[in-house]
Amino acid sequence: MMATVTTLYHGIATLVQVVLVGLGGPLLVGLMAKVKARAEGRVGAPITQPLRDLRKLVTKERLHARHASVVLPLAPMVILATAVVAVAITPLVSTRPLLGSSADILVIVYLLLTGSAAAALAGLDAGTAFGGMGSSRAMTIGALAEPALLVAVIALSLQSGTSNLPRIMVSTLAHPQWVLGPSRLLALGALVIVVIAETGRIPVDNPSTHLELTMVHEAMILEYAGPELALVSLGEAMRLGLLFSLVANLFVPWGIATSATPTSLLLGAVFLALKAAVVAVGVALIEVRSAKLRLFRLPELLAGGFVMSVLAVVTGLVTR
Amino acid sequence: MGLFLTSLVLCVAGALAGAALPARVRVPISSSLGALGCLLAVVVAMRILITGNDASFHSAQLLPMTGLSFTIDPLAAWFILASSFVGAAACLYNVGYAKGAMSSRTALSLFMVFVLTLLMVPAASSVMSLMFCWELMALSSLLLILTDQVHHREARSAALWYGAMTQFGAACILLGLLVMTSGAAGQSFADLSASSSSLSPTGRSFAFALVLLGFASKAGAVPLHVWLPKAHPEAPSPVSALMSSSMVAMGVYGIIRVGDDLLHGGTIWWWIAVALFGVVSAFYGALHATTSTDLKRLLAYSTIDIVGLVLIGVGAAGALRDTGQPTAAHLAMSAALLLVLAHAAFKGALFLAAGAVERATGTRDLDLLGGLLHAMPVTGLVVALSAASIMAVPTLSGFSGEWLLLQGLLHGFDASSTPTVIVMLLGVIALALTGGLTAVAFVKAFGIGFLGQPRSAGARDAHEVAPSMKVAMAWLVVPSVVLGVVPGVVVPLLDHATSTALGSSLASPLERGTGLVVARLGGAIEPAAVLVGVVGVMALVWLFNQSLAQRRARRVEAWGCGRDQATARMQYTATSFAEPLQRVFADVLRPQSDVEVTHVAESRYYEQSLMYENRVVDVLEARGYRPIIAVALRVGRGARALQNGSIHRYLAFGFVALVLILVVVG
Repeated sequence: MMATVTTLYHGIATLVQVVLVGLGGPLLVGLMAKVKARAEGRVGAPITQPLRDLRKLVTKERLHARHASVVLPLAPMVILATAVVAVAITPLVSTRPLLGSSADILVIVYLLLTGSAAAALAGLDAGTAFGGMGSSRAMTIGALAEPALLVAVIALSLQSGTSNLPRIMVSTLAHPQWVLGPSRLLALGALVIVVIAETGRIPVDNPSTHLELTMVHEAMILEYAGPELALVSLGEAMRLGLLFSLVANLFVPWGIATSATPTSLLLGAVFLALKAAVVAVGVALIEVRSAKLRLFRLPELLAGGFVMSVLAVVTGLVTR
Repeated sequence: MGLFLTSLVLCVAGALAGAALPARVRVPISSSLGALGCLLAVVVAMRILITGNDASFHSAQLLPMTGLSFTIDPLAAWFILASSFVGAAACLYNVGYAKGAMSSRTALSLFMVFVLTLLMVPAASSVMSLMFCWELMALSSLLLILTDQVHHREARSAALWYGAMTQFGAACILLGLLVMTSGAAGQSFADLSASSSSLSPTGRSFAFALVLLGFASKAGAVPLHVWLPKAHPEAPSPVSALMSSSMVAMGVYGIIRVGDDLLHGGTIWWWIAVALFGVVSAFYGALHATTSTDLKRLLAYSTIDIVGLVLIGVGAAGALRDTGQPTAAHLAMSAALLLVLAHAAFKGALFLAAGAVERATGTRDLDLLGGLLHAMPVTGLVVALSAASIMAVPTLSGFSGEWLLLQGLLHGFDASSTPTVIVMLLGVIALALTGGLTAVAFVKAFGIGFLGQPRSAGARDAHEVAPSMKVAMAWLVVPSVVLGVVPGVVVPLLDHATSTALGSSLASPLERGTGLVVARLGGAIEPAAVLVGVVGVMALVWLFNQSLAQRRARRVEAWGCGRDQATARMQYTATSFAEPLQRVFADVLRPQSDVEVTHVAESRYYEQSLMYENRVVDVLEARGYRPIIAVALRVGRGARALQNGSIHRYLAFGFVALVLILVVVG
């Protein structure tokens, strides 16, 4: 009986995470746009604008490019589904989501990679110049960002002796001094660079541009319209929400629900929203203060991230 | 054992049928005999892996002087499983594929001999049996590369490279094994294993170094890989599939058999060397795979990448065992073995699919392909699933292997010796770097080849291939899915093979179940649940889509950048897709590109024609091998001066040699 109730709570925690990130992801995108607008002296659209856009897109006509194959309608589903599953198993609101035992770092990283690959294939599917350009650039950036991501999270798992995310969270809660250790800080630096690259923000990519020379992600999804564009946007927003929350939780895990009670779940959700919002404001401020880098200057930034992540592992080993 | 011999006999019968029967019937009969033999071998291997009991056989008649002896222990059975599974598919595929040169008597019977040797090499249990099977394997595959010289101009040069490298490797292996036999009672592996401790440490290290060089060259480890991206693409597709998936695995098998089993480990420096081979191969292979535009060349380089990961696992396992970390060692070795099997299946499927593409379009240059998914849905699905597996998409086999490898490396960091920890770090870095690069290579292979608009007439007129080829390709997708979704089902089999390889009697750290669970270390994946989640969400989205007012999509022109429509020539090609990465890694790849502009005679401001050329040559070949070849040729030409055709001079040489011998001996 006790076990059933606990499982029920784990299920509820999972559901809360998915709903929270599903609604919160687009809101974070809106929040960042708002912060940028204010910092630039504009009023800006309301924070809920991305959600309204989604609602509008769903009602629009469904259009497919002439040469496109089954990949075009399938890719948005894959992008969304991988994002949802990654959100569901990652400890965001509670340290024990359903299936938390397989919430391995590698599973999350490669689920996100699957989503990126699906988007890149969709870019190539219509057989246009822009789509290919976007896919090529996105995959290049991904190929350079992924090593940094993987090594950075391995630095974290070395400290805890496991690559299982819930266990990493729990052991971080038990050892708060780790958070300010050199290894964690280096890993944090690497992860921030990776998150900026993976979510396509300035200085890596500019989400609000449609200029040929600089477009990356927008070029890739240029052929999408209507309900499918809504799926892609929601999927991308959820990835952003997941990455922001993950970074926040890995470095400031406090507030996450460790027990199966309604109050702790509620607190966990509130804390998560706050932490993710803080990260979003921080990233938005970075965006305001920096100019977009040339595509071929990006490797320097991402290699920097990679070196930081390797140093994080090495310092972790030395200080152990 | 009787069943195994039956399977060998079936392969021999296939070879004879290929050589003797009339043209009309020999392809189906010979190929089906081979496929049947391979299927029997699959059964034998599975049975030995499940029970964990060895089977052996010795015949004094089959090989003069020493006799032929076979022993199949779980380790050998694991590699036989890998080669027979792909062998069955390759034989079946050949029924629909063999036309022209591949259906000749020579090609068919050599193909069956090649399949046969792939089953025999892991089973061989004496030095002479191993060398006999090994050389037969090398020679039959060498001749098979030369099958279709009319359509493959590069085949001769590829065969020359392959022949030279494989003979160099065989010589090294033979020499190493001879060093080991020097103190042994006989030449059987049991004798070698028993006497290996009586060898001096230097002698053991010398023997291992030689054997490692030989087997690593067969496995395609960098810098001994140069023949691989030349030879694998030029062979007929069923042969390339077997070479890339099974023959390469034989190199890995040799390293494990000799290093771990016969020499019982040795020093950790051996294993660090193996792991370093792996690190360099993984990175170099992955990088070249991203920039290759020839589909089969891309696959060949990706083979080097995966072999690199396997060698990292083998090396890490050896080093960890010798530093007292048996659990981590077990995980690393299991990962290496799992990757071998997973790679055999998905790389076999990809090579067979590449052959199907070549058959349907007349080319394997990605820059000339495109839009094939419409005409070739089955081949496209096979490529998509196998590529996803190699990219380590969760719930497919590549992911299971890489996850297990990461667990091994992660827990290897607890080792007390610094060199071992550095190897773990390098392994993790290699795993991380290749992950992203592999994704680029295979998004390119599938996205450029099968999506978009056709870039040539051949691609436009493509059609799906024969049913037997489709079935063969689909057969090889099965392991990718099974090992990915329920990797736990092979854990008992894997444990038998790993324990044999490491010679340990420890309980396995892997739990029994559907997923992979390392309870002692708190790591677990349950891919089936992840798959249910992903499919469930996709189904919900689909239902939501159906509930919308407008279900069917309207077909419209894609955005043509201001023109009426986007033409095929406006698309990104494989070359342009990889160009950014090629520029980023220009220091390693050293690409050469030329732009040639011809102006109109009247004005310099108008261009008549523009030519752009981009080449990526293998740097190690150009800088490492070419100079050696040049020196060898120069020495050869110099030696020619000794021979002027005069019989007096030759008699004088003979006399001087005789005197020298008498002086030395006397």
